[in-house]
Amino acid sequence: MSRADLVSLLPHLVLALGAVLVMMVIAVRRTHFMVYVLTCLTLVAALYFLPDIETLPHEVGVLFVVDGLGVFNTALIVLAALAVAVMSYAYFDSREERTGEYYVLFILATFGGCIMVISGHFASFFLGLEILSVSLYGMIAYLRKRERSDEAGIKYLILAAFSSAFLLFGMALIYAATGDMTFSGLSGYFSAFDELPLLVTAGLGLVVVGAGFKLSVVPFHMWTPDVYEGAPSPVAAFISTVSKGATMILLVRFFIAIDGFRFPVVLTLFTVISIASMVVGNILALRQQNVKRILAYSSIAHFGYLLVAFIAADELGVEAVNFYLMAYFATMLGAFGVVTVLSDGERDAEHLDDYRGLLWKRPGLATVFVVTLLSLAGIPLTAGFVAKFYLLASGVGTNQWLLVILLVVNSIVGLFYYIRIIAVMFDSAKEGELRPAGYVGNLAALLILAFLLVWFGVSPQGIIEVIRGLVIVG
Amino acid sequence: MTLIIIIGILLVGGILAWIAARWSEVASRWISLTAVFVNLVWAVAILMSNGPSFDLSGSEWLIRYDYPWIGRFGIGISVAADGLSLLLLILTFFLGAVSVIVSWREIRDRVGFFHFNLLWVLAGIAGVFVVMDLFLFYFFWEVMLIPMYFLIGIWGHENRRYAAVKFFIFTQASGLMMLLSILGLYFIHGSNTGTYTFDYFELLTATVGIRTGRWLMLGFLAAFVVKLPVVPFHSWLPDAHSQAPTAGSVILAGLLLKTGAYGMLRFVLPLFPDASRDLAQVAMALGVAGILYGALLAYGQSDLKRLVAYTSVSHMGFVMLGIFSFNEQALQGVVMQLVAHGLSTGALFVIAGALYERIHTRDLTVMGGYWSGMPFMGFITLVFVMASLGLPGLANFIAEFLILNGSWQVAPVLTVLGSLGLILAMAYSLRIMQKIFFGPPATAASGLHDLNLREKVVLVPMTLLILFLGLFPQYVFGASRETVRDILGMVMRSQADLLQNINDTP
Repeated sequence: MSRADLVSLLPHLVLALGAVLVMMVIAVRRTHFMVYVLTCLTLVAALYFLPDIETLPHEVGVLFVVDGLGVFNTALIVLAALAVAVMSYAYFDSREERTGEYYVLFILATFGGCIMVISGHFASFFLGLEILSVSLYGMIAYLRKRERSDEAGIKYLILAAFSSAFLLFGMALIYAATGDMTFSGLSGYFSAFDELPLLVTAGLGLVVVGAGFKLSVVPFHMWTPDVYEGAPSPVAAFISTVSKGATMILLVRFFIAIDGFRFPVVLTLFTVISIASMVVGNILALRQQNVKRILAYSSIAHFGYLLVAFIAADELGVEAVNFYLMAYFATMLGAFGVVTVLSDGERDAEHLDDYRGLLWKRPGLATVFVVTLLSLAGIPLTAGFVAKFYLLASGVGTNQWLLVILLVVNSIVGLFYYIRIIAVMFDSAKEGELRPAGYVGNLAALLILAFLLVWFGVSPQGIIEVIRGLVIVG
Repeated sequence: MTLIIIIGILLVGGILAWIAARWSEVASRWISLTAVFVNLVWAVAILMSNGPSFDLSGSEWLIRYDYPWIGRFGIGISVAADGLSLLLLILTFFLGAVSVIVSWREIRDRVGFFHFNLLWVLAGIAGVFVVMDLFLFYFFWEVMLIPMYFLIGIWGHENRRYAAVKFFIFTQASGLMMLLSILGLYFIHGSNTGTYTFDYFELLTATVGIRTGRWLMLGFLAAFVVKLPVVPFHSWLPDAHSQAPTAGSVILAGLLLKTGAYGMLRFVLPLFPDASRDLAQVAMALGVAGILYGALLAYGQSDLKRLVAYTSVSHMGFVMLGIFSFNEQALQGVVMQLVAHGLSTGALFVIAGALYERIHTRDLTVMGGYWSGMPFMGFITLVFVMASLGLPGLANFIAEFLILNGSWQVAPVLTVLGSLGLILAMAYSLRIMQKIFFGPPATAASGLHDLNLREKVVLVPMTLLILFLGLFPQYVFGASRETVRDILGMVMRSQADLLQNINDTP
């Protein structure tokens, strides 16, 4: 490994080291605060060591491609992880006495996500995915005393194991047909095909099943609401952002490399998945009374939307995917952050009733929640609007009118349940049963997220240039 | 830059009013009133300085300002005003001031947040009237919805939640259709010419195929017919208007509906002249349907605010009829109707609010015989009821007369049917007077106090204005003539081009 290789992988190495370090510190002395600070430092260090733009793109062996797309999303994932870490401290501090191991798993999961976004090979793809999944089993079931947390953990474990098997089988089939596992090598094979051989089609299909599970797109979404509901709120935030985002970027990299949308069968497959996710996600969200479940279904719908830009797969499409992920990350983290802040040791603030009159009881917090909900609904002045605009633009630009119109129709359906939460919040206040403890870090993180949502909604030009500079040129 | 500052005053004023309410609710009210009033004076001053006695003939775009915003998509902060924009801006700030004053006593809780929402709705509306960038237009179009949703949902009457959600979903859904069309236009123009931009003046030159043009126009139209509203897309309106607090109703009826009409005049006709002509007959028929249907339903209401809401549906039918007649008279009438309806319906909602404050009901069946107790309110109501039914001498008469006169030249049958609306208007308008002020006195009739000073400050200027515009309508015509001719010019030019093409091809 050359020096340049090491430098370009520094953020990932820092994360891996951080996990080991935290583990050793726990062995010596178990202080929640110190472990938490160490975790945050690790993440900040990973951010600090992000490679220079001039050195991009850089290939590390056959396994990793450190390019603009990878670096941007590594940064995104680490930042999201930082927000989740802040939430986690406040959350676990009041609930669990054994808090140390959570952070080991947490850093490892982040590491897995960061590996996925730079992988250019089936092996690194799979390893990254597994590191992420295996850490998540533990994180989801971390509150052992809560029945639903255990249930969610087991559910995720079984389904993730299944989907990994599918994924492996798919990779094996593609390997059998082409004899290559690098994305760049595969791109050569695929460009030779006029239409896909049956074996490769089957392989791709199985890969999509495996990835679809991670993305929780319909019809691989069954686990999502249960796991979101059962998992601790910060973990739910992590699953809905890091885990999904990393998988999405990996798919973008893979399908652009093999130019997958040249083949009608792939196009049809993703179109169907996209439509199904939008429709099913939104319709199932309509009748929910549980905020965490609403957010779960909403995230299913949002990945249906996101696939519209993914299918476009041109320059604008990739740009749109990146911008959308960024906006979606900030929004989901904000939403789950509010849930976290309102939760107490007994249970999470998941009933709609817990939010009744919030606008009058805690106006600041409620304003943040309103901003995130409006951003999810794609209303102007929020990042969610610019993101949705990006999707529509990439859809209209590639003449996918069916998808675009369904996106619009579904956005309208989505409005119903976002607005319902807002409406509950400005009902007259009533005495709630939850007694949450306040943590400054938590509130600061929420404020920053809300500010970013509005900032990117009002003045997106700066971040757009960053994304274009990295993703398009790099 | 002026226009940006005007909108900025409202946005900043809104935030200040919210903050100020922590210490003093009165301060919050005064801040809002000042912000709106400064803008009102400013807008009038701009109009006067460009055209003494409001005559803007010959001048085109008065204050243009362009600043790049999101360069990636060719989106700019592009604002400009012509006579039509300025008239509607003045109306916006006038009714804005009215809304602040009528809320002085009515809104007692969460005063700061209320004024924040009020000013931000006004900012959104003012933005819609002046932006010349289609993306920004959509932006403002949506920005005015959220605060309006809060105004209805928090301070509204008993069924406010339902009304607020219905309003929000109708307008948001139709708005998204418009966004799709805007994007379609953006990409078509971009791929034709290589310049991807949302600039209005640039997009005016876009060449769009006839079939595509029709689809794109329908997207725009979706947003505007819901806002206007045109039957059968009106069902959000009676709920929203009757459930909103007085200020909300005034803004909804007086201003929000006007954005729909403005959108058609500014965007649908100039951008899609061919498609508009193809659709003219249908659109006019829908307009007439609205006139008759709205009037009939208005007559059947027992809820005063709901009644006034349905009269809006009827009056906006005239606007639809006029816009798609494509002649100067009718379009001048439309502009007049926008102003006149804003004043008269706004005033009727103020009166409904004043009555509600006194007797705590909007139910017409329990009212009656209030003239003896409140003669001044009765008199003012009489004026606006007469305006609503189109009595000569008041502004609404001029508007409806010109619209019917103009549409007669292109669609006599529809015009005859539309004129029946005037007779129905007579019926429902007189019913208002009859039920509230005459007839057997209701139990609570005695002991009601007449309009107080604050209410007079609002209603007397409105009365004078509606009378003034009825007697001297040329102030409105002078300001809007150039705009109207421009719009007509664009529609006619495209027709001439089309004929030319047909003649050229053997």
